[in-house]
Amino acid sequence: MERELTCIVCPMGCRITVKMRNGKVEGVSGNTCPRGERYAIDECTDPKRTLTTTMRCENGEVIPVKTDRAIPKDKMFECMKIINSSVVSPPVLIGDVIIENVFGANIVATKNVMQKEK
Amino acid sequence: MRDLVIIGGGPAGMSAAAAARRRGIRDILILERDGRLGGILNQCIHNGFGLHKFSEELTGPEYAWKYEEQVKELNIDCMLNTMVLDIDENKLITATNSERGLFTVKAKAIILAMGCRERPRGALNIAGTRPAGVYSAGTAQKFLNIHGYMPGKEVVILGSGDIGLIMARRMTLEGAKVKAVCEIMPYSGGLARNIEQCLNDFGIPLMLRHTVVEIHGEKRVEGVTIAKVDKSMRPIESTRQFIKCDTLLLSVGLIPENELSEKAGVELSAVTGGAVVDQDRQTSVDGIFACGNVLHVHDLVDFVSDEAEIAGNSAAEYIKGKKNDVISVKLTTDGKIRYTVPQTVTAKKDMTVYFRVSDVYRNVRINVRNGDKVVLSKKKQRVAPGEMENITLKSDMLDNAAELRLELEEM
Repeated sequence: MERELTCIVCPMGCRITVKMRNGKVEGVSGNTCPRGERYAIDECTDPKRTLTTTMRCENGEVIPVKTDRAIPKDKMFECMKIINSSVVSPPVLIGDVIIENVFGANIVATKNVMQKEK
Repeated sequence: MRDLVIIGGGPAGMSAAAAARRRGIRDILILERDGRLGGILNQCIHNGFGLHKFSEELTGPEYAWKYEEQVKELNIDCMLNTMVLDIDENKLITATNSERGLFTVKAKAIILAMGCRERPRGALNIAGTRPAGVYSAGTAQKFLNIHGYMPGKEVVILGSGDIGLIMARRMTLEGAKVKAVCEIMPYSGGLARNIEQCLNDFGIPLMLRHTVVEIHGEKRVEGVTIAKVDKSMRPIESTRQFIKCDTLLLSVGLIPENELSEKAGVELSAVTGGAVVDQDRQTSVDGIFACGNVLHVHDLVDFVSDEAEIAGNSAAEYIKGKKNDVISVKLTTDGKIRYTVPQTVTAKKDMTVYFRVSDVYRNVRINVRNGDKVVLSKKKQRVAPGEMENITLKSDMLDNAAELRLELEEM
């Protein structure tokens, strides 16, 4: 079986063809870099996405956050639920871990909120 | 009198300021309309920024922070919450803020870095009522990502530019149902990766050759009528269909924000909507430079930063007294290539020329022609309007040239 993919690793968006047999990857072609190959294999066996969203601050504002690594694609909505039911209290710096170990990733801040703004 | 004043503290303005400072210009002032630096990056919380510049995948706020840090470390003056109202041809800037009221600043050199704005509903002539719930995609992005308000629950998006695609995913993750993304063209203006990870991941249909022909609803949007368009982009009556929704997002193009440039007498390009510039990103007005989305709309911020460095370095050399105008070569295009930046060359050196094509083409050659002679040729597997291309000219190609023509040859 062959699967056609659009690589999402970088803005080039390479068209990648993956040859599969019995759920295993036999060959990857069309990618221009090794990261594309890695993506294609993951996408056909264990698809993952980095999630970016916002989280409520105590003061009612929102702060942008992301998963510090890609999480399973089918867990994105569950991850959103966890993030949206949490509240963060400033000060927070870029890279600070806000929630630990959510589907194998940490939720980290992507913006500095130095003090409690009103 | 200030040496260098930069209008706009987004990615272009910050990168230009840092470059000029490193070239020895101490007296720099950034004027920024918003309450913080970073510009539109602050609301672009998704990742995918910085792969070229920093070899890592950053979110918008993280990318902005890398430049904010530089601006701080280099002790570059910034005035926030400051609106520039006028620039004249003598580089006298009139601005206003709540502390100083109305004031003027004279500059030896100015860098225009005001960015762009979204094409609004008014530019589209969509029939129907004028209810609440029609937003530009960027406005919805600001509501959601900066203020934490959800703009709607059932959404149709018109236009498949990157902001529209990103918002389709964002709204879906926050619980909205995005029913369709309509694109009047036969192809999307957004990056292929965004079609994949923002639409396909969530099963959101991309309806090519479709547009919104009517908006329904009195107080709030109650639905839109969409239709397929024919080759001359006219809606086909028999294909009209109603989609129930409470929100319509518009992602139908960006327009460089050049009101100030016009006041300063800067010549603008009818194609890009931005200034006509030379290889140094100097405009038609001596000592006024332009970079970033105010010059031409970019798809990647990394290229904005690169361009702003060119403008910052050039402005620094200008302030130190260096003059160009050694040569005068016009860069022209054949229509399949829509435009180039720069449009003119005034100094003999190697340079990268950026350009955009007018349609999707496969297996093409980009030729640079001086009269009958092809001085440079580059093969490309695929080019598309949504992806900015570039080609590097060597200084010797400028010999005996009054005009270099960029042509796209289909093979």
